[in-house]
Formats: sequence, structure tokens, C-alpha cells
Amino acid sequence: MESRSRRFKENAATSLANPVLQGNLRMAKGKFVDKRAIAIKELGDQHDFEATREAAKAVRNHVLENLDLWLEKFEENATARGATVLWAKDGAEICRHVVDIGKRHGVKKATKSKSMLSEEAGLNHALAAAGIQPVETDLGEYILQINDNEPPSHIIAPVVHKSLDEVADLFHKTHGKPRKTEIPALTREAREVLREHFLTADMGISGGNFLVAETGSVALVTNEGNGRMVTTLPRVHVVVTGIEKVIPTLEDLSLLMRLLPRSATGQSISNYFSVLTGTKGAGDLDGPEHLYFILVDNGRADLVGSEFQDMLRCIRCGACMNHCPVYQTIGGHAYGWVYPGPMGSVLTPLYTGLENAIDLPHAATLCNQCGVVCPVKIPLPELLRKLREKQVDRKLRPWLERIALKAWAWVAACPTLYGWSTWFGVRYLKWLAGGKNSIPVLGAAPEWTQGRDFPAPEGRTFRELYAERRGRK
Amino acid sequence: MNSREDILGRVRAQLGRDAANADVGRVAIAETLAAKAQGPRPAVPSEKSALAGRFVEKSLVQSSTVDRVTSLAEAPAAVVRYLEGHKLPLRAAVWPTLATLDWQGAGIEAPARGAEDADLVGVTGCFCAVAETGTLMLCSSPDTPATNSLLPETHIALVPVSRIVPGMEEAWALARNELGRLPRAVNFVSGPSRTGDIEQTIVLGAHGPYRVHLILIEEG
Repeated sequence: MESRSRRFKENAATSLANPVLQGNLRMAKGKFVDKRAIAIKELGDQHDFEATREAAKAVRNHVLENLDLWLEKFEENATARGATVLWAKDGAEICRHVVDIGKRHGVKKATKSKSMLSEEAGLNHALAAAGIQPVETDLGEYILQINDNEPPSHIIAPVVHKSLDEVADLFHKTHGKPRKTEIPALTREAREVLREHFLTADMGISGGNFLVAETGSVALVTNEGNGRMVTTLPRVHVVVTGIEKVIPTLEDLSLLMRLLPRSATGQSISNYFSVLTGTKGAGDLDGPEHLYFILVDNGRADLVGSEFQDMLRCIRCGACMNHCPVYQTIGGHAYGWVYPGPMGSVLTPLYTGLENAIDLPHAATLCNQCGVVCPVKIPLPELLRKLREKQVDRKLRPWLERIALKAWAWVAACPTLYGWSTWFGVRYLKWLAGGKNSIPVLGAAPEWTQGRDFPAPEGRTFRELYAERRGRK
Repeated sequence: MNSREDILGRVRAQLGRDAANADVGRVAIAETLAAKAQGPRPAVPSEKSALAGRFVEKSLVQSSTVDRVTSLAEAPAAVVRYLEGHKLPLRAAVWPTLATLDWQGAGIEAPARGAEDADLVGVTGCFCAVAETGTLMLCSSPDTPATNSLLPETHIALVPVSRIVPGMEEAWALARNELGRLPRAVNFVSGPSRTGDIEQTIVLGAHGPYRVHLILIEEG
């Protein structure tokens, strides 16, 4: 997927000015937050949720510290059960692999369960170009596909930005049936359309929530059952997933499954949770004859052992964006690439280049709501701050900001000069406020006061007050 | 250089991998795989009767419905009772493992095979059931096809109380003991299929069943 993250400021402004989107975002706001809180409570008073997060963090860290060896172990066990393990450096290679597999097995139609990596790769476009019809089967992803391949705005709720009305119009237009206005009726209509596709597809493409090294399995979490359909009915199943998704054992899977659905949708467990191993056996009535794993790098390998390794623990639950005041206000599309919210603001610059997502590390208040809810304790604000530092180191920030920071560093290092400048500064700002306690337009940085007022200082600096108090003693 | 070597090569370089620490790492991996360490577990009752109670309580939360019979032989009549109550046809694709039950005697047509698109009702047993979350564990095999719990609009599962375990960890232990290796598909099912994609409003019956009915069998 081509990144629009460079234009974050314009994207965000457009989102803020869109009344329909703002209404939809207001309606969605807090729903996932409340559900998550209830689901954690449901674990019981005796259960230590913090300890569960800590244990999950330890499992994920342990894998990352030996990622090469765990990948080899997974490959060995998956291959022993009849799967073919392929590797892809980038999105283009994912597309090449999937198209090759499709051609090898004479595939005309591929049903897809949700995969964010296929969004990274722009896989649907490549499949269509190769004469293979891709059909998204997650209801949200299907709605986006029939809306001229609109990108998702959330990693687990792809159409969180759309209203019932918009979906009703779209279904009426696409399916040519009488316009329905009830959500169950719309869901039924999609079920009927997609059931045909499930039954006639030759290949199923899925992501992978986890890869279990012990058994060489992929674990898939869905509520709709589409994940089960695309991995049960077609002749060929292709799993496209990141190299960081490996976990050691089925016990680790059980641990992570206490966190993932609760953090994502606020469920104690997702409706369907499938652990798939190998191909259709002798006498089996269902299951694919051919199973492929495509293990994807696309920027991940270089994060191993780096100061951003913590980010690779991510289990893609979406809790960070659900709790983010910035995401709640602008929605997911403004971020411009596959992953929105705090995790996206870290991943997008790392995967697509620091210079291509210059504003994303700043699209956060660093309030740490994301860090507090992350099931694997990724220090998201700290990673965002590190990215800001990197931007400064690589001289990617605007020249005026760089000069201002340099000047500030020089002044702050010289106590007398610092004293003078703050003495002058607070008096200037007080004068600017003109007797009020806030400043509506800040002369030197008008952009800062576009959406808020600048609080006016009292008129004297901390150092002045401190000196006076000492003098009194 | 192929992509596998390229990717693994870069991961190894990032980790400072050499022959000596690779050996240490492999030992650590073998230990982790052997230890099968568990994370913190929520409290779940351990005695059999309380376990069944917890399973039922959580199944209802997942929007399943529950019935109880004393023996497996009574299951076909319970299936008929449910179908008649919901005005559903007395015809169901049942797992081949359940073919020996007297379906005909109960008045239901029950072909023993995998479910097809046209089947409105599917009947399965289960490998075991998880009390913690009210979840069925279904293992695929020629006699226990995956489609019966997926394609029909109504899924009815027979759950022997003796097969209810506290958590997923016990379910895996049971699978290792009894099956040796994992079947092609282990499907954990917790109630009817659902979606919340449109306005975060939960709707039952997305692509899979609209209804999941559990018949607990007291004597395993």
C-alpha cells in the first residue's frame, strides 16, 4: 500500500472538517474502551492482570532474543507436517509468492480472511492483475473492497469510520437488492453473497495471529467464522504473516489468548480460535491439500536487537488506538498507511522510512494511555520520543525548529542568560494576554494556538519567586 | 542470496549470533519447549460438578443455549426437542462418530457425514470443553469433520460432562496425551458466529451458525 503519511497534517485537517466522519467517530468512541474494562474485570478479583501482561511480555521478549532459532524451529515443525515455508523480504515478494502459488494450482478465485500484511503488500491488486479474483470475507474488509478498495481505518474494526447508512447505500448499489436499514439484514445479505464465494474459491489466504513453534501451527482468531471458511473449504491455504509472530508453545498461546480478545474487542475469548497444522490427512473430508506459510520481513528483521525491538512484541489488538485521544479525534485514515494510532505512528516511520512519516511521531500527546493498556507492555510513548530524537539527529525537522531548539539549548546552558530571557519572556506573554488569563493567538508560533489558547503566565518567573522566598527567610 | 538466508542472516547479525551462543540458544529453546511453562491462570473451580456449572454459566454468556441429559442414548431425543422448539427441520448432518445413536428412533433424519452448504443443522460431539470461557474444543478427523460446526445455521454439540476441563492448558494436555500430535484443525468454538463490524453492534450469525445449542451428557 502506498503511504500517504507524508501528508498527515492535511489528512488530519480533512478528517476534522468532515462532519459525517466526526459523527461516526463520536459514536464509536469509548465503546471498545468500556468493553475492555469489563472483560478484564471478568477475570476475577484474584486474577492478577498485570502479572499476565508481564508474563506475555516475557514470552514475546524471549522469542525475539532468539528469533532466528525460533524461526528455524517453526520451519522444521511446519515442514514436517507437510507445509511449505516461504520467505518474503518485502511486499513485492509477498505478491510474487502468492501469485506463483495461485498459478501453480490453477487458482481462479481466492477468498481472504483479514490480513494487515496483505495491505502492506497491496496483495489484492497483484492478484487481480494476475487474473485471480480476490474476495475479502471479513464483513468490514468486504465493505471496503466493494467501496472501490478503500483502505481500512482500524486494524480490527476496519469500517469503524462508517455509519450504517453509508453501508446500506453501498450494499444497495453493489448487490442491486432492496435497500436494507437493519444491521442483521445487511449482515445476512453479505453472508449470502460471501457464502457463494467461500464454496467456489480455490485458494484461501489468511493472516496469522500467532505461529506456534512447538507444533508448526498457525493460530487464527475470528468472530465471524470467515477465518475458518477460508482455511477449511479451498484446496490451497496460504498464510501470510510477519516473522515476529512466532511463539514457543501451546501454553504460551493460552496465555496470549487471555490478553488478545480482551484487549481487542473486550471478549473473554473470540468466537472462533483455530489452531491449524499441516495439510488434509488421509480420509479427511475437509481442509486444504496444500498449505503455504509466507514469513515476511518488510522491515521487521532490522528492528531485532535495535532500540525499537520492543515494538515487535505487538500482537495487533488495537487497544492503543482505541484509547488514543488523537486517534479518537481524527480516525485511522489520516495516519496514511496500514497501521494507525500509536502503534502505527511507531511502525510507519520504521517500515516506510523516517522521512516519509515525519509528523506521525508527533501525532501523540504522550499521555501514555496506549502504554498503560498495551497487553504486552510496549512503551509506546518512549518509542515515539526516540523517533523524534532520530528525526532531529538526521536533520529531518524543519530548519526553523532546529534553529529554535539549538538557540534554546544554548540559552538553557547559560544561567544568567536563561534568567534574563525568562524574565523578559513571562512579561512579554503577560502583556500579550492583555489582562486575560489566556492568549488566543501566539505571535511567534501561531499554529500552536489554532485549536487552543495558550495559558498566560502570572508575570514573574519561578526563579524570581524562589529568590524572594529565600530572602524572606 | 535467497530471501530466507537474507532475512535470517540479518536477524542473526542484529542478534550478534555466533556458533557458541547459537548452541546456548538451542539449549534454551529445547528447555522452553520441554517446560511448557504456564502463565498466571484465573480461578476456575476444580471439582467436576462446579466445573460443569462454570462451563454452563460462561456458555450462556457466549449466547449458546444449554440442555442436560443423563446419558448419550437420550441425546437424539434432546436434539429433536430443540429442533421442534425452534421450528427447525428434523434433519441434521451428524458426525460419523455419532452414527451409532438411534436417530431414526427419535424421529430425525441424520446422515452421518460432513456438512454441506444445504444442511441447516449440524450435530457434533467435542474433543473436550473449556470451563474458563464456555468453549468447545473440536478436533478435525475423517470421523469428526470441521464443516458440521461451521456451514449449517444451527450447530448442536453433545458435551460429556466428563470432558469438561478447567482451562485451555488442560485441553492441550489432553490432546498431547490422547492424540499424540495435533490434528489438522483444532477449532475452539464459543457460541454462535458474530460480527460487530457495522457500528460496533454485535449481530449473531455472520458466516457461521446463528445458534449453538449444547447438550450436556451427565454420564460420559
